[in-house]
Amino acid sequence: MAIQNKTAQWTPAEVKEEMLRKYPPKVARKRASSILINEALSNTTPEIQANVRTIPGIITMRGCTYAGCKGVIMGPTRDIVNLVHGPIGCSFYAWLTRRNQTDPGETGENYMTYCFSTDMQDSDIIFGGEKKLKAAIQEAYDLFHPKGIAVFATCPVGLIGDDIHAVAKEMKEKFGDCNVFAFSCEGYKGVSQSAGHHIANNQVFKHLVGLNDEKKPGQYKINLLGEYNIGGDGFEIDRILKLCGISNIATFSGNSSYDQFASAHTADLSCVMCHRSINYVADMLETKYGIPWIKVNFIGAEATAKSLRKIGLYFGDQTLIDRIEAVINAEMPAVKAAIADVRPRTEGKTAMLFVGGSRAHHYMELFNELGMKTVSTGYEFGHRDDYEGRHVIPTLKVDADSRNIEEIEVEADPERFAPRKSAEELKSLEEAGFEFKDYKGLIPDMDKGTLVIDDLNQYEAEKLVELIKPDLFCAGIKEKYSIQKLGIPMKQLHSYDYGGPYAGFKGAVNFYKEIDRLVNSKVWGYMKAPWQENPELSATYVWE
Amino acid sequence: MLLRHTPKEITERSALVINPAKTCQPIGAMYAALGIHGCLPHSHGSQGCCAYHRSALTKHYKEPINAATSSFTEGASVFGGQANLLQAIENIFTVYEPEVIAVHTTCLSETIGDDIKQIRDKAEKSGVVPNGKHVIFCNTPSYIGSHVTGFSNMVKGMTEVATNTGKKNGKVNVIPGWVEPADMEEIKRLAALMNVPITLFPDTSGVLNGPLSGEFKMFPEGGVTMKELRESGDAIGTLALGEWCSADAARSLDTRCKVPCKVLDMAFGLKATDRFIDALRIIAGTSVPEEINRERGQLVDMISDAHQYFYQKKVALFGDPDQLIAMTEFLVSIDMWPTHLVTGTPGKKFEKRISELTAHLPYEVNVKTGGDMFLLHQWIKNSPVDLLIGNTYGKHIARDEDIPFLRWGFPILDRMGHQYFPTVGYKGGLRLLEKILGLLLDRKDRDDSEIQFELTL
Repeated sequence: MAIQNKTAQWTPAEVKEEMLRKYPPKVARKRASSILINEALSNTTPEIQANVRTIPGIITMRGCTYAGCKGVIMGPTRDIVNLVHGPIGCSFYAWLTRRNQTDPGETGENYMTYCFSTDMQDSDIIFGGEKKLKAAIQEAYDLFHPKGIAVFATCPVGLIGDDIHAVAKEMKEKFGDCNVFAFSCEGYKGVSQSAGHHIANNQVFKHLVGLNDEKKPGQYKINLLGEYNIGGDGFEIDRILKLCGISNIATFSGNSSYDQFASAHTADLSCVMCHRSINYVADMLETKYGIPWIKVNFIGAEATAKSLRKIGLYFGDQTLIDRIEAVINAEMPAVKAAIADVRPRTEGKTAMLFVGGSRAHHYMELFNELGMKTVSTGYEFGHRDDYEGRHVIPTLKVDADSRNIEEIEVEADPERFAPRKSAEELKSLEEAGFEFKDYKGLIPDMDKGTLVIDDLNQYEAEKLVELIKPDLFCAGIKEKYSIQKLGIPMKQLHSYDYGGPYAGFKGAVNFYKEIDRLVNSKVWGYMKAPWQENPELSATYVWE
Repeated sequence: MLLRHTPKEITERSALVINPAKTCQPIGAMYAALGIHGCLPHSHGSQGCCAYHRSALTKHYKEPINAATSSFTEGASVFGGQANLLQAIENIFTVYEPEVIAVHTTCLSETIGDDIKQIRDKAEKSGVVPNGKHVIFCNTPSYIGSHVTGFSNMVKGMTEVATNTGKKNGKVNVIPGWVEPADMEEIKRLAALMNVPITLFPDTSGVLNGPLSGEFKMFPEGGVTMKELRESGDAIGTLALGEWCSADAARSLDTRCKVPCKVLDMAFGLKATDRFIDALRIIAGTSVPEEINRERGQLVDMISDAHQYFYQKKVALFGDPDQLIAMTEFLVSIDMWPTHLVTGTPGKKFEKRISELTAHLPYEVNVKTGGDMFLLHQWIKNSPVDLLIGNTYGKHIARDEDIPFLRWGFPILDRMGHQYFPTVGYKGGLRLLEKILGLLLDRKDRDDSEIQFELTL
C-alpha cells in the first residue's frame, strides 16, 4: 500500500467505515464501539468502549499483566531484587527494556541492570516450582543481602498452583532483615498491562508503604504518583520541584527506592501524573493516611507551570507561591525562545497519538505548544475514565476480566491517619475552584470530528495513516517501522526513541527540537529514485 | 559500576539464573516463521509473549515485525485455547490475507495441553482456512531448551509440508540456522556462484532487511515459498548448518522424505566456510569458481596481515551453541585464545566440542552450557580478557571491566549493520576480522602512551 497524494478528503465517518470494512462482522461490531467520532458536547462526554478483551488474531499493541506489573511499575525499583518465577523468557524480555533511569549514586544498591529468574524447566512444571523458588530466593539473599526481594508469577505459575505468597512469607520470616513479597501477575489475567499496574500497586501499598515513620526533612512534601522516569523525565521534574522548594518524598516508581515507598505516607499531598496506572493508590493514600490528591501533568511547559501553581495553591503559603512564580519566570524564556524557533516549521502540522494510558493525553499539550493538531488519539490500555473523566467510575461495569484482579479494602490507619487539611480548608479551596481527585479525561480536549480510538491495532493504524495522512504518528516500537515504511515519521512515546527527557521545561525544549527534526527530516523526500519519478526515456542523455 | 553487586568469588547456584545467556523458545519460532514468504507468525498464548517477541525482534532488525496472538484470558486458560485459536485463524485470513499462518505455542498453552494439530485440523475442516492457504505449527514450550530450540522446532515444522514425489528435483536444501538476513543472502550468493541450485529455509533476506520506499508491505517479497518447502522433499540432499538450529529439520526430511542430510557447523570463519563450500562442491559435482578461491584468499591474506594483533589475545564469548562453536574454531584458527564461554542453551555436546577445539591450547578453558552471564562476568573478574563477544547484553560487563566488545549474536539492540552485512562465508570472515581488529587497535591507540603512539599499525 502506498501513500497517495491527497486526492480526497475523507470524513471521519468514512474513515471509520473504511477501518471496519474488511473485518468479519463480529469483529467489526466489537471494534465499532471502540472507535469514537468525537462530538465535542458541552456538558457531557460521549461514551467509548475501553478496557475490554483484545480480539484473538487482531494484531494488537497491547502487552500482558506481567509486563504491566514487573516491567512498568516494579521495573524502576532499583534496590529491590525483582525475581521472576517462570520460564526464562519473561524475565529476559523485561531486562532493561524500559528506559527507567535511576540514580543510585556511586555506591548505592542497584539491581536494575540484573535479570533474575528461576528459569523453570519441564520438571518444575510437572512437580511444582515452589522448592526451586525458595532456593532461588535464598541464593539471591546470600549473594546480595537486599532490603527486599519481589517475586513475580508468570503464566504457568498460576496454572500449576505454586503458592508464591506462602513461599515469600516463609522466606521473609526466615531472613528477618529482608522483605520478601510476591505478585500474582500471570500474563493471562485482565485484558492488558493495566491489570498488572493494579496488581503491582496493591502489593506495594500492602507491603512497603507505611513502613518508615521517620520524619523526612524539607517543606511542602508531596508524592509523585505515576511517573516512571523514562529518559530522565523524573529527574527534570525533581529539578524543578527542588528549585521551587517542594520536597518529593516518593515517586511511584521512577528513580524510586525502597525507603521512598516506605515513607510515602509522610507526604502531605499526592500528585498523580499517569492517572491510569495509579489513581487508586492516590485514593488509598487518602483513605488510609489522610493525604489528598490532585491530578498534575508535567508534560508541556504550560502544563508544568499550571501543575506547579496548583501545588502552590494547595499549600497556600505565599513564600512558596512566589518562589514557584519566580521559577516559572526563570524557566519560560528558554521555552519561549525554542518555540519561536521551531514553531514556524511545525505550525499547522498534524499528529496522531496512540500510546499508554495517559501519554496520549499528556503529549497533546506539547503538540499544542508547537501549533500542531492531534487529529486522532487513543490509549493502548486505558479505561473509560481515562477517556471520559472520573465521573463515569461509579457506572463502570465489573466484568469477568476485572473481577479476578484483586481490589484491596483500605481503611483509616488507627495511628497514622491524619487529615492534611481540615474539612473547612478543603471546602474553601474547592469553592475557589481547586479540584481535588479530578480528571476530566482525554475526550474533552479533542476537537469535534476527531477520532478517538481505543486499543488501536496494526490494521487500523495503517488505514488511519493511509486515509488521513498525518505529519507524525506516535506509538511504540512495534508500530514504528511499519508506519515509517509508509513515509510518515514515527515517534516512540514509550521509549522516546532513546532520547528525552520530555517532561518539565527542559524536556519541553528537547521535545520541540525532536519533533522539528522528525517532521522536517530530509529523508522523507528520498522515497523515490529519479528514474522512478520520471521513468520515460523522453530525451537522449546530455553529455557535458 | 553498572554490575556493582557481582562478586569476584564464585558461589554455587542451583536455582537462580542471573543475566541469562538465552531466552525462551517462542521467539525463535517467530523469527524462523518470518523466513517463509507470505507468513504471519502466530503466538498461541497470552498477548504479552507476542508483544515481547515482536518488540525484541523489532529492536534488533529495525523493521516491522508483525505477528498475531491468541490473546488468552483467564477463561481461555481454564477452558483451553481452542476457541481463541479458531477465531484468530479466521480473523487473520480475513484481515491480513497471508499465504500461511505459522502457529507456535507458549508455556501457557503447553501447560494446559492445547492440541494444536487437532485445532488446526478443525480449522481446516470448518472452512476458516481459505483454499490454497495453510496453517503450519510447532510446539515451543518455553520451559524446555531456549530460543534456539524454538527456532529449530519451527524449521522442523516447515519440513512437515514437504512431499516426496519419488522424483528428485536436483536441488539441495540448505538450512542456514539462526543467522541474519544478510547471512542468508550471502549463502544464496555463494551457492549461485557455485552453480548449485538450493532451497534455503528459513530465508529472512528480503523480509527483515527491506528498503524504505514509501510503501508498506505486510508480506515483503522475500522468504522461502510454501511451494519450495513442499518440493524440499524431492531434493537430492540437505545441508544443515548448526547441530542445535538445523539438524532436527534435516533429519526429519531424511526420515519423512528420504532426503539424505549432512550436519555441518555454521559457516563462520575460514575452516567452517571451507567445509560448507567443499560440501556444496561434492554434492553438486561441480568445481569451485575462481571468484570464491579469490574471496578465500583475501580472508587468508587478512589473517596473515593482522596476525600480530590477534596472536594470543584472550576472548570471552557468550551466545548460542552453533555460533559459539564456529566462532571458537575461527578464533583458534587465527591464534586468538577463547578463554571463557557460556551458553544458556542446554546440550552436553557443546562443552565437548569446545573442549576439542581448544584442546591444544596451553591453558584451561572455562566453558559452561546452561550457564549465565553473571558467571561469565565472574570468570572475567578472575581471569581478564582482551575481547568480549556476544549480544548487546554484554555492554554492561564490557563497560565495567573496560573490555573491547564485539556485538555478535542475538539480540543486537544498540548498533546497526547486522541486517545488511554478513558474517558468514569468506566475506563475512573479513568483516568479523575487520571489526575485531578495529576494536583491538582502537584500544591500543587509546591506551598507548604519547611516546609509544604509532602512526602506522
